[in-house]
Amino acid sequence: MYKTFHKGGVHPAENKLTAESGIIDLPVPALVTIPVTQHIGAPARVVVKKGDNVKTGQIIGQGEGFVSSNIHSSVTGTVSKIEKFIDSSGYNRLAVEIETSDDEWVENIDLCKELIREITLPRPELLKKIQEAGIAGMGGATFPTHVKMFLPQGKTVDHLLVNGAECEPYLTSDHVLMLEKGEEILTGITIAMQVLGVTNAVIGIEKNKINAIGYLESHAAKYNGISIQGLKVKYPQGSEKQLVKSILKREVPSGGLPSDVGAVVFNVGTMFAIYEAVQKNKPLIDRIVTVTGRSLRSPSNFRVRIGTHMADLIKAAGGLPENTGKVIGGGPMMGKALNSLDVPVTKGTSGLLILEEKESRRKPIMNCIRCSKCVSVCPMGLEPYLLMILAERRFCELIEDCHIGDCMECGSCSYICPANRPLLDYIRLGKARLRELKRKKKEN
Amino acid sequence: MLTISPSPHMHSGESVKKLMFGVIIALMPAFIVSVIYYGIGALIITVTAMLSCAIFEYLIQRFILKKQLSLTDGSALVTGMLLAFCLPANLPVWLVVLGSLIAIGIGKMSFGGLGNNPFNPALVGRVVLFVSFPVKMTSYPDPLQKWFNYTDAVTGATPLSIVKEGIRNQDSIPDIMARVPDYLDLFLGKIGGSSGEVAAIALLLGLIYMLARKIITIHIPLSIILTVTVFTGILWILDPVKYADPLFHLLSGGLLLGAIFMATDYVTSPMNPNGMWIYGIGIGIITVLIRVFGAYPEGVQFAILTMNAFVPLINKYFKPTRFGEKPINE
Repeated sequence: MYKTFHKGGVHPAENKLTAESGIIDLPVPALVTIPVTQHIGAPARVVVKKGDNVKTGQIIGQGEGFVSSNIHSSVTGTVSKIEKFIDSSGYNRLAVEIETSDDEWVENIDLCKELIREITLPRPELLKKIQEAGIAGMGGATFPTHVKMFLPQGKTVDHLLVNGAECEPYLTSDHVLMLEKGEEILTGITIAMQVLGVTNAVIGIEKNKINAIGYLESHAAKYNGISIQGLKVKYPQGSEKQLVKSILKREVPSGGLPSDVGAVVFNVGTMFAIYEAVQKNKPLIDRIVTVTGRSLRSPSNFRVRIGTHMADLIKAAGGLPENTGKVIGGGPMMGKALNSLDVPVTKGTSGLLILEEKESRRKPIMNCIRCSKCVSVCPMGLEPYLLMILAERRFCELIEDCHIGDCMECGSCSYICPANRPLLDYIRLGKARLRELKRKKKEN
Repeated sequence: MLTISPSPHMHSGESVKKLMFGVIIALMPAFIVSVIYYGIGALIITVTAMLSCAIFEYLIQRFILKKQLSLTDGSALVTGMLLAFCLPANLPVWLVVLGSLIAIGIGKMSFGGLGNNPFNPALVGRVVLFVSFPVKMTSYPDPLQKWFNYTDAVTGATPLSIVKEGIRNQDSIPDIMARVPDYLDLFLGKIGGSSGEVAAIALLLGLIYMLARKIITIHIPLSIILTVTVFTGILWILDPVKYADPLFHLLSGGLLLGAIFMATDYVTSPMNPNGMWIYGIGIGIITVLIRVFGAYPEGVQFAILTMNAFVPLINKYFKPTRFGEKPINE
């Protein structure tokens, strides 16, 4: 029985071009740029100097404060610059640039590919390993994992949900990871279960990845308390609240977190990173990135060192096609359009999508015909058309009463609008205007 | 040069034009039936209404409002077609043109064009004609005459007017029903009436098509049909000698045309399922009140226009159910 959530949602063309291609190791590039802010929270403090020689896996940024994350060198080489670079979000952020030489790893990292199922460390040690490895949510939200595992007082969690939905069109990085590293993921889940002290874990996978469902089901029996739940294909099922609703039929209250209903959600990529951190002592220095697009010569799933420039990925996938209009970091629904190919892969980069020029242009905006399709696809039950009008006319106080804060910016409204209205653009504008208003009120 | 824009970077490909032509396709079964039953008259009024609605929209946008033309979106054609569907097939061309001018000029463009009009334009056109030319607007041609009969067609009563007349003469419903065409004729539309409203089966086919294409949702038609069924059902059970049965009410007059095509007009209907239920229930109740207790035999047009006026209020007070609205449920 495939489950799903029932309020709103859309089903864009799946376009999973790279579902059949395995993981290819991308050669270590000549230069990497590693931002010290790859996660939500405080930037890491740089602990290397220009000219320092660093080894692969060596710490170069120390997490500062409660919500922060360590940053490690993904290559061996010499630190050539420590300055601000534009990253994929378009902000100028501090980063460490390293010119690479022969790959030499920090000694205690286990590079052997053999699967280690047995978990020997006690619980506090496990959490420490996860924190040291600098793991942040790899589905794209990049919230530091060790912080998420530290549950607020009074909250109890009975289910660990693992997000293998991969509802974004085009992206297949989680899919191929589940196929090739299934048992590692299951071991990672077991570790996370021990840390959280839960006995039930469910991996939610959409049924367009039927082989991943089958593969993980065939191995799950070896692991206590882990089950696989097939899901119908529906966007945005990979969103935490929607996934909790789909699998557990529990509704996270407005403004709340999954832990309010006894669940905690992690991405499959994060589970694999936990496995590597705990069992192999390996910090988070690489990840799977789907490089895709219909015009691309060879769309592929690459294992990429963090800090590799997008240009290197595109070169490896056959070069940038002539008619490229847009390059997107992430998927087509929630990804960010890049203005330069010299931005680095970070912990949250799940894909790189090349769109042709004709796909990149938006169609002319027409009058709202009040068809209410935006309302019916909104997974949060909001009224996007109304939020747009209020944002446009600066009715900031009304906009808060319309629960603009519940919007997760999934873009279903803009996607469906037959009049091509930029609903989500205006909702973002409304959020910004509301923040501004609140700040001014605070100052007065 | 790379294009930069905020997400999403993908569009469904849905467009106003596709939706409007979808509605026109959904109206085709009813159109074909009207041409079979009412011959060339149905063809003439439908083509006239569609053409004149399109031309008036063009002229008004071009020469009066002086703004960008939106003719290609097809909404004027839908208005024209719907207007023709609620006119008698023997209506002279000049009245059809006048109705189109009122529908487009007053009903739609005077409010700022597509998306801004509070009332269903086709119904505005029809009601103005109905009030101004009551005799011409209530002499409906009988079905299946000579194909070339147009304004010279033989006219007769509609099932609803037979019932209204009968009640006025204090006949009992069973006696009146003997004079009304049977349910099969009502279902197939072999009765007198406006050109596009008669055949229940054709209208239901259109509904199925629009639901399958996700042009509309079931909420509005269903709530209207359920309300009329329940309301007339209660009356019928209380006194079957005085009140007609629910099936008769559903199959006669403009109820299905109104519930499926008029009340579901995007611009003039509520924006979420909760509001749609209220709106549909309101239309159902007003329709039955007018049909059973009012002066006119048919009340759908006034019911829809009345509830159109309430749509802004409904949108304000009946909000969609939000995700996570309730505190915590297990």
